[in-house]
Amino acid sequence: MNSIDWLKQPWPWYIAGPLIGLMVPLLLIIGNKSFGISSSLRHICAACIPAKIPFFTYDWRKETWNLFFAAGILLGGCITALFLADPQPVQVNPKLVTELAQYGIHDHTGLLPVEIFNWSALFTLKGFFMTVAGGFLVGFGTRYAGGCTSGHSIMGLSTLQWPSLVATMSFMAGGFLVANFILPLILNG
Amino acid sequence: MDENTDFEVRSLDVNHDNPVIKHRWTYHLKFLLAGLLFGIILVKSEVVSWFRIQEMFRLQSFHMFGVIGSAVVTGMLSVWLIKKYKVKTLSGEPIVFIAKKFSKGNIYGGLLFGFGWAITGACPGPLFAQIGTGFTVVIITLLSAIAGTWVYGKIRASLPH
Repeated sequence: MNSIDWLKQPWPWYIAGPLIGLMVPLLLIIGNKSFGISSSLRHICAACIPAKIPFFTYDWRKETWNLFFAAGILLGGCITALFLADPQPVQVNPKLVTELAQYGIHDHTGLLPVEIFNWSALFTLKGFFMTVAGGFLVGFGTRYAGGCTSGHSIMGLSTLQWPSLVATMSFMAGGFLVANFILPLILNG
Repeated sequence: MDENTDFEVRSLDVNHDNPVIKHRWTYHLKFLLAGLLFGIILVKSEVVSWFRIQEMFRLQSFHMFGVIGSAVVTGMLSVWLIKKYKVKTLSGEPIVFIAKKFSKGNIYGGLLFGFGWAITGACPGPLFAQIGTGFTVVIITLLSAIAGTWVYGKIRASLPH
C-alpha cells in the first residue's frame, strides 16, 4: 500500500487526537491565539449584522485570524474530499445501523445521512427541524456557553479551566439526552 | 484602559500589534494554513461524521472519546511545556493565557449546544469542513447557527449568567 492509500484510510483516534491537541500550541506559537471556532460565528455577526447590539460592537477586524482559520477548515474539507477521500463507506456500529434503518436511514456513505440532510428535505418538517433548529441550537448554545468543543473541551481543558470542564460536561449531557431520548422521536415522526 | 473581560476580543489589549499597522495579507495566510491542517484532520478522523457522533452519544464506540481525550492530554502537555520553557511566539512575544470566567451560560448554553450537536452531528468546526467536502445543505445549518449566535447576542441581557 503506498502512502497516499494509507492516508486515505480513516485515521485512528491515537493519531487524530494528538494532532488536534497540537493545534493548541500551534496557534499560540504562530500568534498568541486561543484555539476556538465558535467565536467565528460571532465575528461574522459583528462584521455583517451588528445591528447596534453591544455584543457585536467591537473591532472584529482584529479577530480576522479566526475567520481565516475557519476558511482554512473549509478548504481542508475540500482538499480531503478531492485527494484523500476514503474509498470505503464509514464503518458504522451494527447496533446503530439497525436503529437508523428504523428511521429510513440506510445510506452510510456520506458524512451525514443523505435521507435527512438534503436540499429537498428542508421543506419537510423533519428535515427543517434537523437542519435549521439543530443549527440554531449550535450557534445559540456555543455563544451562551462561551465556546464549543474546540474552545472549551480542547483549549479550555488544556489550560486547566474549570468553567470549560463544566461546559464540556454540559455539552455531553445535552448530547446524550437528545441522541438517546429525543432524536428517536424526531426521526420516527 | 478598561479591564477586558471578554476573552474572545482580547486581541484588543494583549495583541502586541500596533492598531495603526495594517497586516499584509500574508500575515493571515498562516492561520488559513493552520485551518487547512485542522480541516484535513477533522475529516480524516471522521470527527465530522454524523454517524460517529451518534455512536459517541450511544456509547457504541470509543473513537470520539479517544480523539477528545488524547487531544486534551496533548494540549495539556503542550501548554505545560510552553509555560515551563517560557516559549515565545514566532514574533518573539511572550505567550499569554487568559482565564475564562465561569458563567451559568457554561451550563445552560452547554446543554443547548449539546442538543444541537446531537441533532446535527456537528460542532462549528465540522460545519465548515462538511461544506468544504461538498455537503452543501450544511450551508443552511451554518446560517442557522449564525442566526442562533445573533439571537443570543440580542437577548443575552435577559438570560441568566
